[in-house]
Amino acid sequence: MKNKKTTDIRTLKKKAIKIRKDILMMLEKSGSGHTGGSLSLVEILVALYYYKMKHDPRNPGWQGRDRLLLSKGHGCPALYAVLADCGYFPREELWGLRKLGSPLQGHPQLGLQGIEISSGSLGQGLSIANGMALANRIDRINPKIYCIMGDGETNEGQIWEAAMTASHYGLSDVCGIVDFNKLQIDGFCCDVKGLEPYAKKWQSFGWHTLEIDGHDFKALINALDEADKVIDKPKVLIAHTVKGKGVSFIENRVEWHGIAPKKDELEKALTELNEELKKC
Amino acid sequence: MQEELKKKPTRDGAGEALLELGRKNKNVVVLSADLTDSTRAGWFKKEFPERFIGFGVAEQDMLGTASGMALSGKIPFACTFGVFASGRAWDQVRVSVAYMNLNVKIIGTHCGVTVGEDGATHQAIDEIALMRILPNMKVVVPADAIEAYKATMQAAECDGPVYLRLGRQAAPVLTKAEDPFIIGKAVLYRDGKDVTIIACGHSLYEAKKAHEKLKEEGIEARVINLHTPKPIDRKLILAAARETGAIVTVEEHTVLAGMGSAVCEVVSQEYPVPIKMVGIKDVFGESGKSMELLKYFNLATEDVVRAAHEALDAKKHR
Ligand SMILES: Cc1ncc(C[n+]2csc(CCOP(=O)(O)OP(=O)(O)O)c2C)c(N)n1
Repeated sequence: MKNKKTTDIRTLKKKAIKIRKDILMMLEKSGSGHTGGSLSLVEILVALYYYKMKHDPRNPGWQGRDRLLLSKGHGCPALYAVLADCGYFPREELWGLRKLGSPLQGHPQLGLQGIEISSGSLGQGLSIANGMALANRIDRINPKIYCIMGDGETNEGQIWEAAMTASHYGLSDVCGIVDFNKLQIDGFCCDVKGLEPYAKKWQSFGWHTLEIDGHDFKALINALDEADKVIDKPKVLIAHTVKGKGVSFIENRVEWHGIAPKKDELEKALTELNEELKKC
Repeated sequence: MQEELKKKPTRDGAGEALLELGRKNKNVVVLSADLTDSTRAGWFKKEFPERFIGFGVAEQDMLGTASGMALSGKIPFACTFGVFASGRAWDQVRVSVAYMNLNVKIIGTHCGVTVGEDGATHQAIDEIALMRILPNMKVVVPADAIEAYKATMQAAECDGPVYLRLGRQAAPVLTKAEDPFIIGKAVLYRDGKDVTIIACGHSLYEAKKAHEKLKEEGIEARVINLHTPKPIDRKLILAAARETGAIVTVEEHTVLAGMGSAVCEVVSQEYPVPIKMVGIKDVFGESGKSMELLKYFNLATEDVVRAAHEALDAKKHR
């Protein structure tokens, strides 16, 4: 394991702001992409890549690495920004997002260093996570497999097929993380297709659930460590988040699901984030 | 006198190969979605329970899990009926398997109308199309149990995703263990100079009988066993177009976008000659007995013979 673990909350918070700025700059340059669902993911990814996961940017294929599968592939700007910052590929690549010939496709494509799966068609990641865990069981190794899903994404039936498979086979190396930002495309999740009682659903499917504030690093770190202690069943972190988190005029606005900031909007957003940075 | 051919389902050939692969290659794992005995995955399960994973009735999850296992170095064979492996789980095959060019092997059994009484929902008659249009995917349709065995063994060896199309019912064994079989390389099954019949899967038997009938009429029909609709063997097909000047395709599949269409794509662009397609004409399947259905859907020997005459006529009147 070559990456440095950070437990210092201030450092993590600063990192999150830097990542948010990169996300917004990438999206502005590309002119399209998913802003809201990228910004809600930031603390989750930062906690995983700078605190929790065993991974090595210089040796991305290392068999013993922990895996991060971004099942909600449209949130990839956040993942790209984190991977670049970790050193998986040069930061300049970020500015090629969604451009012809760039490895930073509109949705993640296998081949870019640090990307574990292609995704973008929602609902497929959790089954893949299970497959990795099942293969690892045969090989008697046990890296952790983290799979990030959107709350809306869990409307998909395949998620619940996979939920049953994971609990049936007791896949305790699988840790689902739901970016529970309460919004999807058509509106609030509760209006589109109610998910509640959400934790109970997972529990009744045989999962250990942890429910936390997905922007609170202390809570994230504790929950990720807590999850390690559960060794007889799969677990899921229901991370309560805010779609568009960190930028006042993007937060909780359904219309910011699938659009990129324009130049003036980017300036405004960066000013806000720079103010935040000063407070850290 | 018609010689008596031994009969055996292609799914049995594949099942035997899986068992052999289990012994030879510890990376081979077998997945099944509540059709473990029907697909013959059960033979592997019995001997290698620790490398068998059952999913219940959850094909999408099975294909996704296969993807994860392949990403972690395994060679998963995902087994279910052809209709469900393709139609039900198509987007999972597309994104989680083909897009990542993963080593997932898909075994689809009970294909074609000859599955019989179960009817349209269970008769895979469009999955050659569904699978072959996916980049990276190989599509193999063994003509008999011996080819199914070889195809399964080779699928484990070759890189990337493979779809194996297999049947339920006992089908005539047309090839020998010592015959060469290479995925992607079509076989010249009978030589002839007047017209070429290109067949895959069980339809090779109808092509063979058509060849014999035509011979009685003094027509020499070449027969090609196109067991791999994709990647297609352009060379053998174009040689047939050039040398016989007329082609008939035969498949237990819709004529839309199937094996015959794949032949047309090659021939029409590179050496156009008249082609007649024997296949299902844009309709769903029906319940019935295998042989009844072959006749009902015009997939029987006499239909191949008729198509050969039409192709010959077209050739003459060009
Ligand atoms: C199978 C599938 N159907 C539809 C879409 C289009 N789509 C992209 S994002 C999205 C909403 C996802 O909502 P959620 O999972 O809550 O994501 P978030 O709000 O965090 O962005 C939809 C429907 C898709 N990508 N995949």
